[in-house]
Amino acid sequence: MFLGNLGSLRYFLPEIAVTATILLLVVLHVASNRRTSAAPALLSLLGVGTAILLVGVSPAGGGKSIFEGMAAYDGFAVFFKGLTSLATVVVILMSMDSTELAGRSQAEYYIFLLATLLGMFLLSSATDIVMVYLSLELVSIPSYLLAGYLKGKEDSVEAAMKYVVYGATASGVMIYGFSLLFGLTGSTQIAEIGRSLVAGKATLPMLLAAVMAAVGFGYKIAAVPFHMWSPDVYEGAPTPATAFFSIGPKAAGFAVLVRFYYTVFASPTPGTGIWHLTTSVDWPLLFAVLSALTMTVGNLVAVKQNNVKRLLAYSSIAHAGYMLMGFVLLSSAGIEAILFYLVVYLFMNLGAFYVVVLVGNGTKGEDIADFSGLGSRAPFAAVSLAVFLFALTGIPPFSGFIGKLYLFAEVIHRGVYWLAVVAALNSVVSLYYYARIVKVMFLEEPKDTAALPVPAVTRAMLVLLVAPTLILGVYWEPVARIASNSVKMLAF
Amino acid sequence: MIEPPAYLLLSAILFGIGVVGVVARRNILIILMSVEVMLNGVNVAFVAVGSYLGDATGGIFAFMVMTVAAAEAAVGLALLIALYRIRETIDITELKVLKW
Repeated sequence: MFLGNLGSLRYFLPEIAVTATILLLVVLHVASNRRTSAAPALLSLLGVGTAILLVGVSPAGGGKSIFEGMAAYDGFAVFFKGLTSLATVVVILMSMDSTELAGRSQAEYYIFLLATLLGMFLLSSATDIVMVYLSLELVSIPSYLLAGYLKGKEDSVEAAMKYVVYGATASGVMIYGFSLLFGLTGSTQIAEIGRSLVAGKATLPMLLAAVMAAVGFGYKIAAVPFHMWSPDVYEGAPTPATAFFSIGPKAAGFAVLVRFYYTVFASPTPGTGIWHLTTSVDWPLLFAVLSALTMTVGNLVAVKQNNVKRLLAYSSIAHAGYMLMGFVLLSSAGIEAILFYLVVYLFMNLGAFYVVVLVGNGTKGEDIADFSGLGSRAPFAAVSLAVFLFALTGIPPFSGFIGKLYLFAEVIHRGVYWLAVVAALNSVVSLYYYARIVKVMFLEEPKDTAALPVPAVTRAMLVLLVAPTLILGVYWEPVARIASNSVKMLAF
Repeated sequence: MIEPPAYLLLSAILFGIGVVGVVARRNILIILMSVEVMLNGVNVAFVAVGSYLGDATGGIFAFMVMTVAAAEAAVGLALLIALYRIRETIDITELKVLKW
């Protein structure tokens, strides 16, 4: 049963709040001649804060199909809306701190940021291939502009240009796959396509469609071999935008990846929490190979990076590889592990970028050498960064360990031992390059010994990001419960 | 009336030309044009299937794709101009400030 357009509006309040904020920002941008005032940032904080509240109090009774079947309203979508808007709040605060963006037009920046957020909301709830395509582009196009926001700076513009070329090509390939699905089934609803494909026999077009869709989604989550854009974009983009790309669009990409493949090419076995393949296309194997490749390439190339933003880009590619492990298992526990990992990853990764912004403000550089002696120049920031990096490695008692534990446990439970071995070896490699930054911070003499100023807001934000990273390492049960409730409502 | 397979073949050929253009050409302007050719190949497939099934969805999807393609081209060309002002080249192999 599909809800009509008017009836759907009450399930669409967070999106409406974000849209209203974007429109207000446009008006503000036109009306005000002070292009660098803090008003746009505060207005977008207010808007996203309202959206989070609306997500929090959103009407229960998930599993509704809204706007005539265009989008789903279920716990899965609500989870991702909460996650992405939380990330956006942190990124807005980070942008207010950053000196990179100071002096540039503020309203436009926040318009692009919120437009991307709106795209992520829609992407995580899309249930129609038209909607999947449009919301994927709504995430991509403002992202290109965010990456190139430092206009006049060579590497920012170059990064954005590469992003456009890769992004446009990848989404073009994806939509060709969608046209094959439409041709095979005559429907654009993913649930309907899934039902029609069960009876289908055309293996080659189905295989092509599955692979081509994987190109578009793989580009969004930066999985190897569609990751080529990500290191350049992460290095060239303003640091807050980089932090945003590393969690927001990636999380939304995982949401649509799970929803699309688990609806179109698989079907749940009632009462077991296990899905079974409905076609002869063995996409879990394809993604298992991609997962192994993604984490291996990400980790091995990260080892020899000297720019911290680029290093974190490869690290985020590697983390996408870990999370893909949960995706190939066809079990609800696997998806739960992805959701839990995304929550943990949100805090530790944004935290690491926060310190990069801080150091970038102070030293005007982002190389590992710029972090030398941070332990004496800004002890609190250095200790926080060490916590985030060890959490990213997955060392107990930090939250990253619990996240990995869930993923590994389910991989072993489903008997994909080779993937677990590859992932374990990768974790060892990752310790090397994370520990290298920690070593530089605490054991090397700084060129400039003056204390690095840490503003009060930054200090408070670091505390707010360190706390969950530590607490989720020892008391993670509530988040795990939210994750498992969100998966239960996936099917409708 | 021409049967759908002919149109689907046309769509595959257009898409293929676009992909080759993206991969083989070095001028970013041509690459962006090749992306448009890819998307038009997709449009042909949607319209052909839609008209074969007597379903308007295919045509509507094609309109959506065109809209997105226009937005993408606008952003792509704007960035290209910004890039040209700094670098005075639009050759993609010259973009190597950032590399691993």
